[in-house]
Amino acid sequence: MTYRINKTEVEAAPFPGQCLRTFLREQGSLGVKKGCDAGDCGACTVHVDGKPVHSCLYPAVRAEGREITTIEGLANGEELHPMQQQFLDAQGFQCGFCTAGMVMTAAALDEEQKQDLPRNLKGNLCRCTGYRAVGDAVCGHRTVDVPAGTSPAARTVGACIPAPAGPDIVTGRARYTMDVPAAELPGLLHLKILRSPHAHARVVSIDAGAALAVPGVEAVLTHKDAPGQLFSTAQHELHTDDPDDTRILDDVVRFRGQRVAAVVAASVGAAEEGVRALKVDYELLPAVLDTASALADGAPEVHPGTAGNIVAELHSELGDTAAGLSAADVVHEKTYESQRLQHMALETHGSIASFDEAGRLVVRTSTQVPFLIRRALCRVFGLKPESVRVLTGRVGGGFGGKQEMLTEDLAALAALKLNRPVQLELTRREQFTAATVRHPFSVRVRAGATRDGTLTALELDVTTNTGAYGNHAPGVMFHGCGESVAVYRCDNKKVDARAVYTNTVPSGAFRGYGLSQMIFAVESAMDELARGIGMDPLEFRRRNVIARGDAMLSTSPVPAEDVHYGSYGLDQCVELVRAAMERGQLSAETSGDNLDDQWRIGTGTAVAMIDTVPPRGHMSHARIRLQEDGRYGLDVGTSEFGNGTTTVHTQLASTALHTTADRIVIRQSDTDLVDHDTGAYGSTGTVVAGKASLAAAEELAVLLKGFAASLFSNTSAQVTLLADAVECAGGRISLADVAVRAKDAGIDLSAQGRWGGTPRSVAFNVQGFRVGVHTGTGEIRILQSVHAADAGVVMNPLQCRGQIEGGIAQALGAALFEKVQVSSTGEVTTKILREYHVPAFADVPRTEVYFAQTNDSLGPMGAKSMSESPFNPVAPALANAVRDATGVRFSVLPLARDVVFLALREARA
Amino acid sequence: MDMPTVSDLVRTSNPGDWRPGDAWLAGGTVLFSYGSDSLQRLLDITGAGWEPLSVSDGGLEIAATCTIAELYAFPGTAPAGVRAEWRALDLVPLCCDSFVASFKVWNVSTVGGNICTGLPAGPMTALTAALDGIAVIHSPGGTSREIPVADLVIGDGRTALAPGELLRSVTLPAAALRARTAFRRQSLTNLGRSGALLIGRVDGDGTFVLTVTAATKRPVQLRFAALPTGVELRAQLSEQIDAELWHDDVHGLPEWRRYMTGRLAEEIRAELAASGSKEGSL
Repeated sequence: MTYRINKTEVEAAPFPGQCLRTFLREQGSLGVKKGCDAGDCGACTVHVDGKPVHSCLYPAVRAEGREITTIEGLANGEELHPMQQQFLDAQGFQCGFCTAGMVMTAAALDEEQKQDLPRNLKGNLCRCTGYRAVGDAVCGHRTVDVPAGTSPAARTVGACIPAPAGPDIVTGRARYTMDVPAAELPGLLHLKILRSPHAHARVVSIDAGAALAVPGVEAVLTHKDAPGQLFSTAQHELHTDDPDDTRILDDVVRFRGQRVAAVVAASVGAAEEGVRALKVDYELLPAVLDTASALADGAPEVHPGTAGNIVAELHSELGDTAAGLSAADVVHEKTYESQRLQHMALETHGSIASFDEAGRLVVRTSTQVPFLIRRALCRVFGLKPESVRVLTGRVGGGFGGKQEMLTEDLAALAALKLNRPVQLELTRREQFTAATVRHPFSVRVRAGATRDGTLTALELDVTTNTGAYGNHAPGVMFHGCGESVAVYRCDNKKVDARAVYTNTVPSGAFRGYGLSQMIFAVESAMDELARGIGMDPLEFRRRNVIARGDAMLSTSPVPAEDVHYGSYGLDQCVELVRAAMERGQLSAETSGDNLDDQWRIGTGTAVAMIDTVPPRGHMSHARIRLQEDGRYGLDVGTSEFGNGTTTVHTQLASTALHTTADRIVIRQSDTDLVDHDTGAYGSTGTVVAGKASLAAAEELAVLLKGFAASLFSNTSAQVTLLADAVECAGGRISLADVAVRAKDAGIDLSAQGRWGGTPRSVAFNVQGFRVGVHTGTGEIRILQSVHAADAGVVMNPLQCRGQIEGGIAQALGAALFEKVQVSSTGEVTTKILREYHVPAFADVPRTEVYFAQTNDSLGPMGAKSMSESPFNPVAPALANAVRDATGVRFSVLPLARDVVFLALREARA
Repeated sequence: MDMPTVSDLVRTSNPGDWRPGDAWLAGGTVLFSYGSDSLQRLLDITGAGWEPLSVSDGGLEIAATCTIAELYAFPGTAPAGVRAEWRALDLVPLCCDSFVASFKVWNVSTVGGNICTGLPAGPMTALTAALDGIAVIHSPGGTSREIPVADLVIGDGRTALAPGELLRSVTLPAAALRARTAFRRQSLTNLGRSGALLIGRVDGDGTFVLTVTAATKRPVQLRFAALPTGVELRAQLSEQIDAELWHDDVHGLPEWRRYMTGRLAEEIRAELAASGSKEGSL
């Protein structure tokens, strides 16, 4: 059969049930991505005979004889298609995994279709950007700065420098985890997993005979093949932060969807057939499917020896909350519930375990934490660090979901057993049913205030559901109860919290790391207290939040010794939001004055604080050197998954070296490059790893000037670094020449930088909404969205704005409709993207984004973290606006239309 | 997604070729979206050469293989006389835009495929049921039969098709196409899956037909000799839709769907009453 792919004829025979997506990837078009594999996300969009189609839905055999164009064939040689250029000019991407499909779709739109992007981009999902940048790109608005010239004074920090990976992303050349050409992995095997149909069961026996008889099946792995070493899928600098309660394959399964066995075969199809042929005998065990039954007296233990199914708990009281409550004029008491969420990074989890020429195990994986994965693999398999290399390609989104070891262990086990390369790529369905979710929190709040506007007591009783395993259970619980409480000055604070095992899908790290759930409760309660005493809620917050210098206290009578006010911009954020909301009141477009009388209008706000770095150590190491081509090679450990840190590192280093950002060539997230990096989580890509890069670049600048001075004889004048040269007393030598002369002289022009993640600062976010709520349907319409962020000195305003917009969009999904549903038998029932709606273009309003003017004394060049935190105040601000509009307090997320409508109806009755 | 269990793709539209383990393949956007771990053969009907859309005095015949894109384009390309007379074609873009799937999927997915999937929220089911569409079904024995679309979809993901039966076409009668219509839809998200999709129709003889889809597990049609009062309409809705018929899935709670149905039905009634009196005065 003859296929025409990107104007080239190919002889090939897809199998009868093959979709065009996998066929095109086999033919080398690795820019064609798998997001959902079900026609919902659009990441696989290609053109067939000029028409855009989702290639995951298109029978491959049907494309025979037709003209197929993929992202690789869109450009005219080296000349980009205008839409590719527009995505560069507006940086219409973050992780870039959706971009090829987005560009292919947008390139097919006519001018009329571009007038209605909510409709015409509904088949393309982006989880990172919040779509503002995508809309700018499709409409041809340029937002990136023209790359700075070669002015010696060029200070790239603070400029809207484009992401270095942009050209590769818009052309489909960027290589994500699974984008390894077949020729590079001869003999590659595929691994598929048999998953538990029971919430709690002992695996009595596994009959692999029929599976092993399937042609192409090479091995079946069961708990008998797995090391006995327990570990946690959660990854932290200290592995002791999480309970060791997990085996690669266990003889007890504790949730529906857990691994039971693995089949390794020459093809995905053979591995799947092998999985279907496995016969497993289970002994059913009693299961606890919610926290109430897990905490009940005599409840079955999910993990024997964990009394009461409590993984971690926390009990503290500062002052006397009983006295504080009795002194209050108004007391608010309510339970707030936050739901399970899926990260829905466009790239699913996946890894490829293989061996290099030296026989080292090499694991290429979609992770935020390559160095910690290496450490975990060494621990589980008893390997030495020098015998394992872990690296990433470009990572297609994370949001905390990739701060876990969910595929690497199994791929490595199979590779080590068979001594062959093995690939494990999760399907979107596995991602929904068997990866991790946000911890559901149930938070009982009791809080009191006096009529003068003083918060007199804050009591929180917190139960978190960690699911079947304790990955991140302690951390999420402790962190959640930290900044959410510390941001308020209050003499009387009490926290009782527990993280509880249940026989359900494991919870894990999720953007905000416990704070979003706690802030939903606390900020809703603050709103109620303000209403109770008749004070404007934002004014009530302004009076009670910490001011610079106040002790930041949550659950310990002494503040964390390494958290400081490196800067403080909360007051500015509050004022920025207040002023913007007041302006919005005056505009016909945002005031809601044009809506009919079925709409109720209201406003709401919420504040959020976050420590700029996680506690207990977060390390980074960077190396930089002058390359022989006169550019600088910077090696960093931290991962890039759309957070934009690569750009920021080029900005920091180029500023220190007085050059342009494009002269910094970055390599990253590979255990071979640097000594160690704790990883890209806890919003550390800029404030920890960036600090290491900056230190390395500053040291190299000193070394370089010193060596260069020796090249200018007969002068004592200072050497000046230029973008591509050094200058001294009117003389000039190119950096390439400097590199050659250093090499000739045996001088090593390289430097290293390290940062240990402490001391830490605090960052702030304030969100405001004006909403209309339709009493007849339950629709919540966002009339105005305002966000103020205290990010210190903003390294890259375009990128930082994108992070904020993306965080708000993701949080709006969580506030309005996203919910991972678990049935009464413990089964995740939201298994495909159509059942778990994530925000599409039509769902996300424009947000006015403002930055506080601060300069942090602890962060690199004054910067603070700003990646997780914009998510955190969104849900309570929205719920507070709905409360203002309707009089009804919604204490359970999400605020879906059906739930809102029925509650409003009940309130009227 | 791939379906590795499929060992053969056969180009045929003859139900006599069907055997257990086979699936009819039209656009493929449902089959390849959900995947399968058991299908053995795909019987590809897209090469049958069926005319996508055929206009006759009797009405509009839509082939099962007509793509959504072809149907969407039809009102704009139909002869002016047809366009003027068949006012109900206004429903075509509205129903197409009720797909969760994007216009890209419309290039491939088919009218027949949407109906045969049997989803309560299937917009082609809504369109063709509301216009009293008659489905022609080819059976493995070489016979064929006709059945109203409103009776073809019988539950969530369930149809009246016997194993091996093939939907050949749906014909929308001209009388219904000449009707005045009104369309209403509610969804949990702005352009999301329909939670309630209602279409009202007033025929030349004054007959009012209200078709409820998405909110109910299968299409429900209410017929009145003339436009009812709001009270009459509400009474019929509650009489003809049993409590268990309200659909319950992630796209809306049954109780919300019930209220939305009442609300949208009344909006439709009011709109058709207003446009009727306006028309009468002309």
